[in-house]
Amino acid sequence: MAWDRNQMAARAAQELQDGWYVNLGIGIPTLVSNYIPEGMDVTLQSENGMLGMGAFPIDGEEDADLINAGKQTITELDRTSYFDSSTSFGMIRGGKIAMAILGAMEVAENGDLANWMIPGKLVKGMGGAMDLVAGVGRVVVVMDHASKHGDSKVLKECTLPLTGKNVVDRIITNLGVLDVVEGGLKIVECADGVTEDELRAATEATIV
Amino acid sequence: MKKIYGSAAEALEGVLHDGMLIAAGGFGLCGIPELLLNAIRDAGTKDLTFASNNAGVDDFGIGILLQTKQVKKMISSYVGENKEFMRQYLGGELELEFNPQGTLAERMRAGGAGIPGFYTKTGVGTVIAEGKEHKDFDGETYILERGIVADLAIVKAWKADDTGNLVFRKTARNFNPPAAMCGKICIAEVEEIVPRGSLGGDAIHLPGIYVHRIIQGDHEKRIEQRTVRTA
Repeated sequence: MAWDRNQMAARAAQELQDGWYVNLGIGIPTLVSNYIPEGMDVTLQSENGMLGMGAFPIDGEEDADLINAGKQTITELDRTSYFDSSTSFGMIRGGKIAMAILGAMEVAENGDLANWMIPGKLVKGMGGAMDLVAGVGRVVVVMDHASKHGDSKVLKECTLPLTGKNVVDRIITNLGVLDVVEGGLKIVECADGVTEDELRAATEATIV
Repeated sequence: MKKIYGSAAEALEGVLHDGMLIAAGGFGLCGIPELLLNAIRDAGTKDLTFASNNAGVDDFGIGILLQTKQVKKMISSYVGENKEFMRQYLGGELELEFNPQGTLAERMRAGGAGIPGFYTKTGVGTVIAEGKEHKDFDGETYILERGIVADLAIVKAWKADDTGNLVFRKTARNFNPPAAMCGKICIAEVEEIVPRGSLGGDAIHLPGIYVHRIIQGDHEKRIEQRTVRTA
């Protein structure tokens, strides 16, 4: 037993706080928007130049001038504001965005993050990921605990080129929640049906 | 001085030369100067370097200039969704300089604002930082990034008046203002040219001082990832 994608997103939504401006990455992090607690005031940033991102449009109401950072058509809200890319990354670099929730290929016990490049494979680019992890207040990674081959993605040291050094605060995987602390990772909680021993056994990184 | 031109080809007259650096607005296919890109293809200018967040898709945006082998180098943050780009890049025919997205936007803004370089935390400890000056401020390490000054900026806006004041629409603003600012010459293509005074001075997104030539035309405005919800 462990969490599925939606359960991971629901757990990540518990990281949100009232009044926060938040950036959600592509993949499971996008699903977090479905689990924002009722009555909580959270504003989603899309780094291509928008605060206050709404849901996908209904069929026929797509607008070519209104997309998210994944290039998908979206909608606006009554609170929405638009701005240019340098302003957008100014608020990211300037620490105005409280939290980013991102996917990852690897995370290390010192908070190093790799999520943009696999040497020898097709390189598409880092987009805004390096700016986000360097600038926002808190970085939460949501990913599967192990690769498709069953290898731990929570490592002593990243093997892939880094997106950022010492940038991750918390890791949410299908097996549980871990915090980056002095000397390694600390178990915050285990996923449903997962024991602490199982979580330790599945993790290459040092658990303190 | 008259800024309005009759067509993209007319607006580009006397501006293009082989080997030049062009800054282009747009994010994905949203807010790209599609008419000017078409006209640059028709002009056949070669060995171009583009500072542009993305490289379009195979048959739209900068992608059409890759098909005709007019591009020598891209300065971009993300170049997925383009097979011809990857073929040329992996074949060694095309240079690529990856910039983090915010660094690229700020390099353009800085270049246009007379700032030759700036320090940023973005990319410290990654391959992006290799070979760049590092400097500590208040206990944190930053790297030096250079401002970009382009020979030409090409941008897309929603509306312009005849003095070049621009208004953008929704997320189609994106890289257009910083790209416009960093060009020695900036050409803007717009959906509508409106009478002077009708935009309202408080509502201008980019003042006409940055815009030297304007054209009006019909835009395809292609959608890259049409995503809808079930109602």
